[in-house]
Amino acid sequence: MQNKLSIVLAGEAGQGIQSVENLLVLIFKKDGYNIFATKEYMSRIRGGVNSTTIIISDKPIIAWHEDIDLFLPFSYEAINRFKDKINYSTRIIVDKKYINYENSIDIPFNKTAEEIGSTIFSNTIIAGFLASLFNVNIEILKKTIFDVFAKKGKEIVDKNIIAAVRGYDLAKNYFEIFKINIQKDKKVAEQFLLNGADAISLGAVAGGCNACFAYPMTPSTSVFTNMALYSKKYDIAIEQVEDEIGVINMALGCWYAGGRALVTTSGGGFALMTEGLSLSGMTETPVVIHLAQRPGPATGLPTRTEQGDLNLALYAGHGVFPRIIYAPGNLQQAFYLSALAFNMADKYQIPVFIMSDQYFIDTYYNTEELPLNSVKSENYFVKTDINYKRYKITEDGISLRGIPGYGDGLIAVDSDEHDEDGRITEDLNGISLQMKNKRLKKFIKIKEATLEPVLYGQREYKILLIGWGSTHNIILSALENIKNNDLAFLFFSQVYPLHEKTKDYLRNAVKVIVIENNATGQFADLITKETGFETKYRILKYNGLQFTVEELVKKITEMI
Amino acid sequence: MENMFERQCEIAWCPGCGNFGLRKIVLSALKELNLDQRNTVFVSGIGQAAKAPQYMNVHYFNGLHGRALPAATGIKIANPDLTVIVESGDGDMYGEGGNHFLHTIRRNPDITVIVHNNMVYGLTKGQASPTSQKNMVTPIQVEGVFETPLNPLSLAIALDASFVARGSVGEPELTKELIKNAILHKGFALVDVFQACVSFNKINTHKWFKENTYKIDETYNPEDKIKAFELALKEYPFPLGLFYINKNKVVFEENLPLYKKSKEPLYKRKNDNIKDLLILKK
Ligand SMILES: Cc1ncc(C[n+]2csc(CCOP(=O)(O)OP(=O)(O)O)c2C)c(N)n1
Ligand SMILES: [Mg+2]
Repeated sequence: MQNKLSIVLAGEAGQGIQSVENLLVLIFKKDGYNIFATKEYMSRIRGGVNSTTIIISDKPIIAWHEDIDLFLPFSYEAINRFKDKINYSTRIIVDKKYINYENSIDIPFNKTAEEIGSTIFSNTIIAGFLASLFNVNIEILKKTIFDVFAKKGKEIVDKNIIAAVRGYDLAKNYFEIFKINIQKDKKVAEQFLLNGADAISLGAVAGGCNACFAYPMTPSTSVFTNMALYSKKYDIAIEQVEDEIGVINMALGCWYAGGRALVTTSGGGFALMTEGLSLSGMTETPVVIHLAQRPGPATGLPTRTEQGDLNLALYAGHGVFPRIIYAPGNLQQAFYLSALAFNMADKYQIPVFIMSDQYFIDTYYNTEELPLNSVKSENYFVKTDINYKRYKITEDGISLRGIPGYGDGLIAVDSDEHDEDGRITEDLNGISLQMKNKRLKKFIKIKEATLEPVLYGQREYKILLIGWGSTHNIILSALENIKNNDLAFLFFSQVYPLHEKTKDYLRNAVKVIVIENNATGQFADLITKETGFETKYRILKYNGLQFTVEELVKKITEMI
Repeated sequence: MENMFERQCEIAWCPGCGNFGLRKIVLSALKELNLDQRNTVFVSGIGQAAKAPQYMNVHYFNGLHGRALPAATGIKIANPDLTVIVESGDGDMYGEGGNHFLHTIRRNPDITVIVHNNMVYGLTKGQASPTSQKNMVTPIQVEGVFETPLNPLSLAIALDASFVARGSVGEPELTKELIKNAILHKGFALVDVFQACVSFNKINTHKWFKENTYKIDETYNPEDKIKAFELALKEYPFPLGLFYINKNKVVFEENLPLYKKSKEPLYKRKNDNIKDLLILKK
């Protein structure tokens, strides 16, 4: 049995929930606890209710659970918002000076903070307090505080260390009340701690990304911020462009001239890029697009999560041209696929998507290894000679890609229908049609390179659960919790094109249940369209939050 | 002597179109500058003017309507050694691409932007463009153009564009020199070029441009921004020549940290030290 304990911190934007989360995940992980953290927040800079869930466990924990063992509300509104989620076993920690709530445990965080000079230290005191309840090594606590605050100068570092230690000591009076006992694991301290945005960004660097263009839009911005952070060391050109139309066109110009650019965006921003996507298809210029989903239509719920843009990614761009869509389900896949996206875009001269969402981007957990050795940056451009033709008709539809300045050939690309030389043409039954067929042939090539879906659970199944993208870990955790010998889970980290074997997997099932974080089942529809198999059983959620494991266990059990 | 940039091919412009004149001017500028064909990239949007690169022996990126500038900037980011020249129409640059025009000037990449300004949308058959003169009647603006025409020169000077000039197909020598200097200039260089559209603009004809333009006096100092702005506001007749130059602006791509370290274009680089990046996340 897994022994775990979840802490939920909830309060107004600006009250410092985020800084407590940032400190705690590092402290717990470095002390050897398996850790998971995710946040949900409002699209505002002050006020409202934001919350973060931190789960500490003796075994790896990779998915969102809804039980709350320790609840720390920072405001009355926070209590109201979580009333339904707390139960008799939830311990509620408050500072009665500010908040009074029945059956809660009163801890004088603010008084302690005032003693060291200011209430602004109460968040660090809380971090120290919680670390102490979990018997974290005090040196790890101090070292982490030092690392996190180092940039702010010695005085701030010192004060925060004092605050953390005060919190740490304060907790000693309450050990008997909480009696927390979770096994640590030394190995965890050496593992990686990352969130989805980190994994995608690191993967991009590993895939040879050397330019990143974007226009800020939640939840895609964290990847942009990461790339900017890595840019100096890894020589990545960063530019915040005037709009998303400019972003994708800049990226295409960059690839055309030999760069490997990443664009990162969310629904509304990507909608503006669709003409550029089509340009990538027509000019056969590679591009990698990270599309971090949030609920629409229009501005929608800017800081919430949904898998609602699959159809957008599938059908965006006028005209017919091939594309690849990856949807990583865990940190390893995100790292691997993000790197692979660059190679595939380059190899097939097409747009390649990495689809994530707010939940995936903002969720942290510790993980053993990243598949560093299985990724490498592959370049496919060639040195050209004087007879070079950018769109030479070939057997498989792929022409060698030259870049200007490398060799003697001239590289002419055209958004008009063109001939082999990249010159405009309207020879409808001649070269124009040949070019259309050339691009169609690439559909066949990329289909051959499709990643197989992964099967978990029973090999001989009757009921097959299907998921894609960010629900991977949650469905997997639910599967482990449901004891049923007929049950398996088929996961797609590539949602387009679909792998040939998809049909075989479907054929073997008596009942197929597709699980998606959107209102209509966009992936289920795609499966039906591509395979002809019915997918009428669907578990869907679309209130702007991700599924929890408990919720899925219940819904799956009801449906099977 | 033969010009290696000149391509022998069918050209899809109307007989008598100002584009032919500008094509000749651009070709001689390229030749006289003795540019290396292998390092010269043209970027264009969509329109009659935007077809210009198709009729030359050059590298080109003939992208989307209005989107030449971000693509050109992306090319400079990937390889600053390339000479990048944007050639497009007034509708393309100032209408559909207006936002990029503003921000590319602010960004100041080392590119040259030649705008075929015929004060009309040619390819789509004669609708008003942002530079169409007031009261011009078109199939859409049936009562005549109502909006104030966009003045690309005063706009560019207001944004402190580093090189701002106006030429005219009717003044080939002057225009060729402006284009040559624009290409040699380090930073964003705009050359707006007056030219006639014989099919769809019956007002601003070759003759009209001759009669409504004059050359800027040789004593004029283009380094004075306020004077340049004043000159740019002059209309009927319109001045031709170099309005403004700012030689002190930092070039965008040179300011990127990766090019401060090394001049190598992106395609020559390899990052092998990803392993230590991961350590950050332990
Ligand atoms: C997104 C988009 N909108 C509209 C068009 C249609 N279109 C093509 S060229 C053009 C205007 C061309 O005017 P200008 O740039 O002045 O070039 P000219 O033909 O006059 O040289 C328009 C509206 C298009 N190709 N793409
Ligand atoms: Mg025009």
